[in-house]
Amino acid sequence: MKRTKRRYLALRLDSETVPSQKEFADAVWRAVTQLFGEVGASLTGLALIDYSAEEKLGVVRTSLVTVDMVRAALASITCVAGREMAVHVLTVSGTLKSLYGKV
Amino acid sequence: MKHTFADLHLRVNWKDQAATARMVTKAAALGYALIAVPLAPETRTEEIAQLRITCSDVGLDFAARVNLHPRSQNELLSQLRKLRRKFEVVCVLCETKEVSRQAAKDRRVDLLNFPLLNYHGRFFDRAEAELASSALATLEVDVKPLLILQGPTRIRLLACLRREVAVAREYRLGVVVSSGVSEVMHLRKPREMAALASLFGLDSAAALEAVSENPVGIVRRNREKLSSGFVAPGIRVVKGGKDC
Repeated sequence: MKRTKRRYLALRLDSETVPSQKEFADAVWRAVTQLFGEVGASLTGLALIDYSAEEKLGVVRTSLVTVDMVRAALASITCVAGREMAVHVLTVSGTLKSLYGKV
Repeated sequence: MKHTFADLHLRVNWKDQAATARMVTKAAALGYALIAVPLAPETRTEEIAQLRITCSDVGLDFAARVNLHPRSQNELLSQLRKLRRKFEVVCVLCETKEVSRQAAKDRRVDLLNFPLLNYHGRFFDRAEAELASSALATLEVDVKPLLILQGPTRIRLLACLRREVAVAREYRLGVVVSSGVSEVMHLRKPREMAALASLFGLDSAAALEAVSENPVGIVRRNREKLSSGFVAPGIRVVKGGKDC
């Protein structure tokens, strides 16, 4: 079986207040399922790898073929837990090591 | 290849200098090199120059844009006669079929924008695309509604946009993806805009073109036309005087 290629996305949270890790993860999942449905969301292999409320940074993992889907879903997030927020993709990388090197 | 990204529809209240500066700074931070702000037709040249300075302070190129919403063909022609040479980008908000058709075939129109939620008022069909492709007009899509709408309304809008973009591509008509936002928090990076454009059927290369080459090309073409040496496409005055 062919190995699934993955990509890691470093995210910057643009908001005045910072949501908790659970609130952020819920918002990302909600955005993906709203845009692509549960079947589409299942194809993304999405996972929240790292989250830092202090630095307003997050890292998510997705499969290579669904990077654009996840990017679109992240761009569609306008509020998290009732607070206005935008999520910007800082960089995309194939390994966590190079991702942290770029951020 | 390094892209030059542009957002041709940044809706700021340019009379509010603090808000304008905030929006412009954010746009520059997100990676845009060129922005256009819709201005009132009666905006004075000095005010446009002031906005240009505000943008250049943060390293942004500024293009003056006017949104025309005429009610008839004659009104559109009259507005174009008056305003074309004053603004670098002319967008027509097509609310009637008569206006849409005239805007599509007029070479002075750069962007065709259609009412977002009035699905019966979107006159972008094959005939419109054919007319526009033989002129210079480009279809403009604002992403703001994709951010603020949810559920069935967004689904319907996406279906509508997908159909229109497919028609535009069939007739090799350019598509420009703009933000159309008036709040800083709704601004997105160019690649995020391209990702949102993929939701209505633009492939990744076409989506990137829609936020870079297409809008930048419109501004470049119009600046050349508005320059003093311009005679006709491909012909410009390079030297004047008795020794020519």
